[in-house]
Amino acid sequence: MRPVISIQQLHKRYASGPAALKGIDLDIRKGEIFALLGPNGAGKTTLINVVCGIVTASAGKVFADGHDVTRDYRAARAKIGLVPQELSTDAFETVWATVTFSRGLFGRAPNPPYIESLLRDLSLDDKRNARIMTLSGGMKRRVMIAKALSHEPEILFLDEPTAGVDVELRRDMWALVRGLREQGVTIILTTHYIEEAEEMADRIGVINDGSLIVVDDKAALINKLGKKQLTLQLREPLRGIPADLAAWGLDLKADGSELVFTYDIDHSIDISALVRRLHELSIEFSDMHTRQSTLEDIFVSLVSKRR
Amino acid sequence: MTRPFAVPRFNRYGVLAIYKFEIARALRTLVQSLVTPVITTSLYFIVFGSAIGSRMHSVDGVSYGAFIVPGLIMLTLFTESITNASFGIFYPKFTGTIYELLSAPVSPLEIVIGYVGAAASKSVTLGLVILSTAALYVPMRIQHPEAMVALLALTAATFSLFGFIIGIWAKGWEQMQVIPALVLTPLTFLGGAFYSIDMLPPAWRTFSLFNPAVYLINAFRWSFYGRTDVGIGISLAFTLGFFAVCAGVVAWIFRSGYRLKN
Repeated sequence: MRPVISIQQLHKRYASGPAALKGIDLDIRKGEIFALLGPNGAGKTTLINVVCGIVTASAGKVFADGHDVTRDYRAARAKIGLVPQELSTDAFETVWATVTFSRGLFGRAPNPPYIESLLRDLSLDDKRNARIMTLSGGMKRRVMIAKALSHEPEILFLDEPTAGVDVELRRDMWALVRGLREQGVTIILTTHYIEEAEEMADRIGVINDGSLIVVDDKAALINKLGKKQLTLQLREPLRGIPADLAAWGLDLKADGSELVFTYDIDHSIDISALVRRLHELSIEFSDMHTRQSTLEDIFVSLVSKRR
Repeated sequence: MTRPFAVPRFNRYGVLAIYKFEIARALRTLVQSLVTPVITTSLYFIVFGSAIGSRMHSVDGVSYGAFIVPGLIMLTLFTESITNASFGIFYPKFTGTIYELLSAPVSPLEIVIGYVGAAASKSVTLGLVILSTAALYVPMRIQHPEAMVALLALTAATFSLFGFIIGIWAKGWEQMQVIPALVLTPLTFLGGAFYSIDMLPPAWRTFSLFNPAVYLINAFRWSFYGRTDVGIGISLAFTLGFFAVCAGVVAWIFRSGYRLKN
């Protein structure tokens, strides 16, 4: 199936500064939720802004549903909705006026029933006649989402949608994103909250210093790059790892009272063999627990490796 | 939510959205938009038209009070067109809401029609309001009403386009003020708004012919009283030329992304 967004060898260098994007290749599948992760300044927002037409690329091509975003920008942009990171709103307009404005700007005929249902979905219906400047930060964020959805886009970019929002709004946002996906909307989100990507995304891309380090299905990524750790609480602390156990690559922690075994998630390791070996060496333990690395651990190790 | 949709060849809803947004902004600030220029112009009429004008000779058979009307309307038209259009595009740059305009399927031409069209509409309305105000103070006649309206519209559109460029060029509020204060006001005051350049010594008269405001004010005055210091053809050619230059600069701005996309 043709990707809904296709990014090919995308480069961006700002006039004053180093390269922000260094040859990005990325395909987004229709109907998926794609999370773009990366530290501050990695190039996430630049990438989104190039796709949406806010920033001009230095080189490379971007297609939205088969339309070149530069040459055929009209067709491309009509399909895209964007919720930027910054809370940039008008001040004096009403919620209704600003959302209606956005719909018109994107070339759509007025459709008051649709705008009404949109405001209802975003719990903004009682604020429709309120001036934007009188709204709280969270409400303004909702208004920006309503504006982005006002023209019924097929592709939605959410740049840090939950940065600085309260728990309730975050939950609402997640529900909204899932609802949109069910309607066939493709969603690309950037986030600092890795658990959010873990919870929501079908696929994950990690960008660092202008390059995509990895793009994969969430589960595959965790399986491939994730680790498990088995921690054994020893009855008697050890001074060092016994020579007989050297092949296992174990670590001692907590002043020798914890023995830690780190292994890949692919289940090829025979834990019982290790336990038997410990028994043979009369190393006894009082407790044990395992921990699987989270997406956050994977992210941190990926990003720090490149630094 | 995924109904197939294609933006028409001319995004009329987009143009209309920008236009209505800008007009709504003017209506919200009706006092600044309308009442302030009317009061300012009335003061000119009271001071120059009635107080000083009553002791002055008529100029080319027109009473001094009536003589200054076209110049005063032009003065307001220049400044208001520039202020309205520059603010219209500077404000979204300032607040950051420009992202929406840049990511929308609107062409540069449609953006310009929306912003410049709204600013020019406001200026023309204002020009007509000032004309009506002037009629309360001085007796007036308009020999070429169609030409008067056409010149009003053309000048408003040209200077709104110029203002649009200033709004994109300006990085801060100070720069927004620079061109109107340092360039426009002197040119207009020295452009024969309050006198006929024939009244000037020959050297200054020749010097004045390099002032673009002279041509605009004279063409407009011609539509009222059928008389001009300079040829109407030259005036018209100059205005159209200035319009073309501004349109060219705007086209370049959108092609290069100058101060819009970085």
